[in-house]
Amino acid sequence: MATRLNKILTSSVFWRGVISIVLFLVLWELGARSKQWMAPEYFAPLKAFLGALGFKKDYLPWIGVVPAPSAVLAAWTDVLTSAGYWTSWYMSFFRVMGGFIAAMLIGIPFGLALAVSRTAYGTLFPTFEVLRPIPPLAWVPASIIFWPTQELSITFVTFLGAFYTIVINVLGGARSIDQRYFQAAQSMGSSSWDIFRRVILPGTLPSIVVGSAVGMGITWEVVVAAEMISGGGSQAAGGGGGLGFFIWNSYVGGSYEQIVVGMISIGIAGYLSSELLRALGKYVTPWLRVR
Amino acid sequence: MTALADRIHPAINAGELVVSGVSKSYGATQLRKEVVGDCSFTIERGKLTVMIGPSGCGKSTIIRLLAGFERPTAGTVALDGQPVTGPDRDRLVVFQETALFPWMTTYDNILYGPRARGEVTKQAVDLAEFLLAKVGLQDFRDKYPGQLSGGMQRRAELARAMVNNPKVMILDEPFRGLDAMTKELMWEYYARLFEEYHRTNFFVTTDIDEAVYLADRLLIMSNTPTQVRAVVEVDLPRPRRLSDLVESDRANEIKREALSILHAEAMRSFARGSKAAADFVDAYLKRANRS
Repeated sequence: MATRLNKILTSSVFWRGVISIVLFLVLWELGARSKQWMAPEYFAPLKAFLGALGFKKDYLPWIGVVPAPSAVLAAWTDVLTSAGYWTSWYMSFFRVMGGFIAAMLIGIPFGLALAVSRTAYGTLFPTFEVLRPIPPLAWVPASIIFWPTQELSITFVTFLGAFYTIVINVLGGARSIDQRYFQAAQSMGSSSWDIFRRVILPGTLPSIVVGSAVGMGITWEVVVAAEMISGGGSQAAGGGGGLGFFIWNSYVGGSYEQIVVGMISIGIAGYLSSELLRALGKYVTPWLRVR
Repeated sequence: MTALADRIHPAINAGELVVSGVSKSYGATQLRKEVVGDCSFTIERGKLTVMIGPSGCGKSTIIRLLAGFERPTAGTVALDGQPVTGPDRDRLVVFQETALFPWMTTYDNILYGPRARGEVTKQAVDLAEFLLAKVGLQDFRDKYPGQLSGGMQRRAELARAMVNNPKVMILDEPFRGLDAMTKELMWEYYARLFEEYHRTNFFVTTDIDEAVYLADRLLIMSNTPTQVRAVVEVDLPRPRRLSDLVESDRANEIKREALSILHAEAMRSFARGSKAAADFVDAYLKRANRS
């Protein structure tokens, strides 16, 4: 363990990464403070130039209105102690996990059924293909009408985000299993159930992992947008509407630092979920780990 | 190890496969293409029969018919008098390249057959253990196929087939894709295995050296529709040595005889414009110039 840490600390890749992030933060801070440091008279030519290009003269375009990292950090430390912020985390995670797990539970068997049964494929796939191109967000108004609670409708939309990707990956994965594996299994006396359990299922696992990872990414995109559109579900004060609503609320309330806090929080949440998924994926497909 | 070897006597149950008047056609009526045409031969009990013919001549089709993955359009395939109706552990196929399940360790791959049939007895486990040692992979029992070298994979594949005690072992160019050195080692290795147990073996190849070194009987095939063009008895003494291929006059005589039949066959199809045959003639001429 110690040697592994040592290896990381002495690797150029690690330090290049650190430098890249630090440099990004420094430039961001400088850009965000451009209003202050551009005040002196000798920046007049730069201001004239910006003006000629049609920008505001007082600060650098775009970046000049973004809250500085230091301000964001300050806003973040404020918000860390507020229950509303953590409730937002909890709400979004809950919806993502709910939709995602439902998508796995329904999508994996559904995809496998499409792959192994000609009848299932013939009767279900055409409908599936007609519904698939509809973006999950287009379902938001309809699902608010269909489902009894706001909570369920948001979870349903996140479910859709992951569902199609998982089904398509499972179907493709099961179909691309080499014919020889089936023939080898058959000639060794495997029954259909045995082939399903010991050939099709493990043969499809890598595709399930990939489909889930992609599906998870889409789920986060969808949940944030759904929360913004639907007003975050429970409109109770204190912001119980998830991270998407947290951002929207900050925007409406004019707290720009908090918008960035929300954005970074979603980045972290998405990263954590895909890391979790990657670890799980490695665990269930040990044979891909070893080459 | 020795203790185990003393206890284990694989019950060799050599069978005889008789192919009589077999035809196989593919495609719709109008564009029907006959790949195998009225083909008859016998894979004799306890002998190593090698089938050689130009690539694309329908050897793989014959293997699928023998294994029972496909049914002949006309004629019958019978094992010890019983007609073949489907895949069965009696007629095991060792596939081109390798068909080891990538998601199973060497040990699990070898035990696949017994587990598939619910026959994981003490005896079966002992035999698996014995074969694992026999193919020299004890230290690789928990490795996945992706971690084994090409030669090791082929050896694991041989063990996976032998553990089922098939009446006939069918090998479809099993050593294709190995480098020349490993390939020759595999020939010797495989010949020793055969000489020890005298199972009925049916070995398909396009390599004349491989064919002459291994065979008891050599079936030389015609181009499509495939038939047996000639049968050559390879009466070289066993155990055979690789040096025989170069030094033995008899081996060279058989090789010349076989090549001249193959050559005549290739020229015949060449006249009809077969690309595969033209390639074969090229290869033949190169080889003839070398020796």
